[in-house]
Amino acid sequence: MTAITVEGLVKSYGKVVAVDDVSFTVEDGEIFGFLGPNGAGKTTTINILTTLIRPTFGRAIVGDFDVVTEADKVRRIVGLVPQDITVDDDLTGWENLMLHAGLYHLGRQEAKRRAREVLELVNLLDAANRKVETYSGGMRKRLELAAGLMHRPRILFLDEPTLGLDVQTRSAIWDYVKKLRNELGMTIFLTTHYMDEADALCDRIAIIDHGRIRAIDTPMNLKNSLGGDIIELEVTHNNPEEVVQLLGMIDAVKKTTYTGGLFRVTVERGEETLPIMLEALLRKGHRVTRVVMKKPTLDEVFLEYTGRTLREEQGNWEETRRQYAIIRRMRT
Amino acid sequence: MMDVLTEVYVLLDRELKKWYRSPFLMTMTIIQPVIWMGLFGKALNLTGMFQIPKELLSQLPPAVTSQIAQLFNRMMVNLFGTAELDYFSYMSVGMLSIVILFTSMSSGMSIAWDRRLGFLNKLLVSPIKRGSIIISKVLSGVVKSVMQAILVMLFAAALGAKYNLAGPLAPLVVLLALTLLSLGLSSLFVSLAVRLKSWESQMAVMNLLNLPLMFASNALYPIKLMPSWLQVVASANPISYAVDAVRQALLLGSSASASMLLLDLGVLAVFALALAGFGVLVADRGLRRS
Repeated sequence: MTAITVEGLVKSYGKVVAVDDVSFTVEDGEIFGFLGPNGAGKTTTINILTTLIRPTFGRAIVGDFDVVTEADKVRRIVGLVPQDITVDDDLTGWENLMLHAGLYHLGRQEAKRRAREVLELVNLLDAANRKVETYSGGMRKRLELAAGLMHRPRILFLDEPTLGLDVQTRSAIWDYVKKLRNELGMTIFLTTHYMDEADALCDRIAIIDHGRIRAIDTPMNLKNSLGGDIIELEVTHNNPEEVVQLLGMIDAVKKTTYTGGLFRVTVERGEETLPIMLEALLRKGHRVTRVVMKKPTLDEVFLEYTGRTLREEQGNWEETRRQYAIIRRMRT
Repeated sequence: MMDVLTEVYVLLDRELKKWYRSPFLMTMTIIQPVIWMGLFGKALNLTGMFQIPKELLSQLPPAVTSQIAQLFNRMMVNLFGTAELDYFSYMSVGMLSIVILFTSMSSGMSIAWDRRLGFLNKLLVSPIKRGSIIISKVLSGVVKSVMQAILVMLFAAALGAKYNLAGPLAPLVVLLALTLLSLGLSSLFVSLAVRLKSWESQMAVMNLLNLPLMFASNALYPIKLMPSWLQVVASANPISYAVDAVRQALLLGSSASASMLLLDLGVLAVFALALAGFGVLVADRGLRRS
């Protein structure tokens, strides 16, 4: 069965298009990830799917219900763990969970039982009666997750679940998320800009950039789609075309591009092909000054589909302005 | 309906827990009106002007002084409703409604905070009625402001305010008048907060509203002393009705007028219900994000 169906979703704020014609489906019991840099449209998509904002165009069905016309029914079956910490500082962890239970009309006994259950899951049972203002960042995030689980949502939305957390807490949260799927059969939709997180957690990933989906597949298939290993070369040359042609004549070389003084070559069986490439270049009188070989990772996949790496938060003015405009609109 | 009651209870519980757990904040908010009352109420002794100074009393023949006294008493009754009144008592009772005004304003601000901190989103993602959010904010505003007004009243009594109750039901009338005023004002400010969204513009609007609402009322001085255009404004101001109701009940004793009291409470009830209804109506539109 399908948990989420999205068709031609568009959200624009004036001239700024935050989500641009996005379509995808998520199956029941799947962990589906939106991978993209800040401002790619991930949070906007989550906000539409959890009925917080309305799409400009397009349709989204979450667990059989339309997010616009049946918003109330959608709200009953989804849980959201937002990017910001929204648990109340002035209340204790336990009171926060009881407040949450009240919002979903759980009975008293049931609420207490579940609160104990979710606190145990996120390892906060001991701190339950302390005010949240005494919690660390990781504990707050875990409490936030616990609150999102109180009403046992069919579909759980996690917006950057490990943003700003230390390594131990991150892997703990990854474990919780897997547990939720494996033991409770929950469908999980998460966004992240961490490659390793998407790789470690998700059954399928959608790569999103500038509001558009560039690719959707399993992490394995995405990596395989690169067609092998990547070799980056710095070579002395007079004309890059010459080098590209020369390398192209080798059988195992599938693709060569030249950007920023670097030749990026996609090859099969990198270990064997690299010596052949070096030999061919030397024979034509090119000197190789630097070589890097990479096994395919999601980083490479991202670069392949978007033309840039996730890590370079470039100081591009247009980009910054776009992100700022989206953030400002979302706040109001 | 039951749903709304549970939701309001859950949210109100949160608001009040946050409130009574910060006694510092509570004290700070009543210190200001108490200082106001102490300085303004004691210094600006309006009623003192209608007293015959002691040295005159011995110099003038008793027939003249009794005539002056009669004249002064008539002026007092005309302006303040009774001759047996000192300005501090008069003003401290007016302050109660001003406390309601200021405290209701802050309940609007708490929506801005919830929005800023993302808590509002958590509420909006859950299947609660949007109106429950508004109702709980308004009710918490009412509880907080009425409690604070009562505290200020106790302070006023300690500082020397003399009360002359109109009857055994007077305290109830005071409570009712203050509650109705607070219900209306809290609804007004909560609706504003929902519509204005950014808390900077909220501050601007509130600052624009609070001084005229305070000064163009009978809280600090009698309406009869105002120029006629201002009298029109003051008699359209709901605060004037609450202040008048509280004065009738607490100060005027046997000269209180039942018909005036009924009029005051009637106007306040209409004001409160209209704005509360309006608040719930704008909630759905205002809380939904574009």
